[in-house]
Amino acid sequence: MTELIEIEGLTKRFGAFTAVDDVGFAVPRGQVLGFLGPNGAGKSTTMKMVAGFVTPTAGTARICGHDILKSPVAAKRVLGFLPEGAPTYPEMTVTAFLRFCAAIRRVGEAEVQRAMELTQLGEVRLQPIETLSKGFKRRVGLAQALLHDPPVLVLDEPTDGLDPNQKHEVRALIRGMAAEKAIVISTHILEEVDAICSRAIVIARGRIVADDTPAGLAARHASGKLDEVFRAITLPAPAEAA
Amino acid sequence: MRNVLIIAKRELAAYFATPVATVFIVIFLALQGALTFTLGNFFARGQADLQPFFTFIPWVFLLLVPAITMRLWAEERRLGTVELLLTLPVTQGQAVVGKWLAAWAFCGIALALTAPFWITVNLLGRPDNGVIAAGYLGALLVAGAFLAIGSALSAATKNQVIAFVLAVAVCFVFAVASSPIVTEFLNNNIPVLGDIARRISVTDRFQSFTRGVVGLRDLIYFASFIAFFLFLTTVIIDHRKAD
Repeated sequence: MTELIEIEGLTKRFGAFTAVDDVGFAVPRGQVLGFLGPNGAGKSTTMKMVAGFVTPTAGTARICGHDILKSPVAAKRVLGFLPEGAPTYPEMTVTAFLRFCAAIRRVGEAEVQRAMELTQLGEVRLQPIETLSKGFKRRVGLAQALLHDPPVLVLDEPTDGLDPNQKHEVRALIRGMAAEKAIVISTHILEEVDAICSRAIVIARGRIVADDTPAGLAARHASGKLDEVFRAITLPAPAEAA
Repeated sequence: MRNVLIIAKRELAAYFATPVATVFIVIFLALQGALTFTLGNFFARGQADLQPFFTFIPWVFLLLVPAITMRLWAEERRLGTVELLLTLPVTQGQAVVGKWLAAWAFCGIALALTAPFWITVNLLGRPDNGVIAAGYLGALLVAGAFLAIGSALSAATKNQVIAFVLAVAVCFVFAVASSPIVTEFLNNNIPVLGDIARRISVTDRFQSFTRGVVGLRDLIYFASFIAFFLFLTTVIIDHRKAD
């Protein structure tokens, strides 16, 4: 089985509003999937459902064959998840926070050290998280997701708030892990898709509107630019809007 | 069970990492001491027991326990850490029990710091320490029951002030349910409810502990009371975690 993430007919309604509408795709080992879409398109809601935080109205997701609804704990064990905004406990030090996650995930001190090395947190390891800059906070969240070296990574805007150098580091880190993992990252930075993704799914108003390689996606517009394609497929057609 | 303890340990450490722990313990001890010595006539009674101390403890808890629980889930939701906690490989039940257990242990620490009262009565006279131990057990169970109520209400709202006010109100209902005013009113108007009110009251059960009676029925009452409200918390979290 190479499909590490399988998503089937995932739907989420909030009252009359449908945030995610029948989204389905599969991600095999070795693929980095860029999950694109305008704000409010349903990216985060989809990722929260995959991570088992939001209960879908319909459909389900399987992570390494574990159904997120039927065996949530087994599915969460093989998943590394960076929630939107990288929430962490502000009063804890970086080390204490990662040790807490490590204890829950049944991994040891060696893994904590490895995760801090990967995300370059060594210099702030004894600082309370609330005193850190936005970039460091994001990296603490990333370290938590990488802690147990999971086969599946779901990262909601992993480079948001990082400076250009840090973005470069995180992208290199993701590229380095790509071969042995299935990775989904959400982003609205289109250059990032070009830089690290081997596949891009564009979502608008809760539905998948494009599923292609970054190059294939860029070729859809005469200019060959991703942002032109993005605008063309995510903005409502003028006739529809009228 | 291991996950429950890991969560409880982190949570308890968080109390002491912020001024919450110090403020709570100081106010608890000051309030409890003041009430015991002034309104309770601790010395003037001339009896070597902790009766005045235990009389006030449910009322002090009524006010202070919701101050601990108001942030229990509301804060996690405000910070977004609830998303982190519930996407770790733990069940919702483990998270709910872990957080409640930390708050309970914290109340246990606050209660343990009232030991000078116990030392005082032992220096001044020869109290029945068995009765005092039963009273402390009862006080701990009352704290646990109020914490479970507060936990459910904290899960229901993001707003900590609402969580606090509602928790005080609901704890108050369970505290006064057996008072003569309530039961007489109910007996005169709705006789069936009068009996129920007496049975569900926290204070009535607590009073038998302060008399030194540790009854199996009372223990079952507190265990099921706490279990019910923690179950309710789990249900509410499941429904409202992502709002």
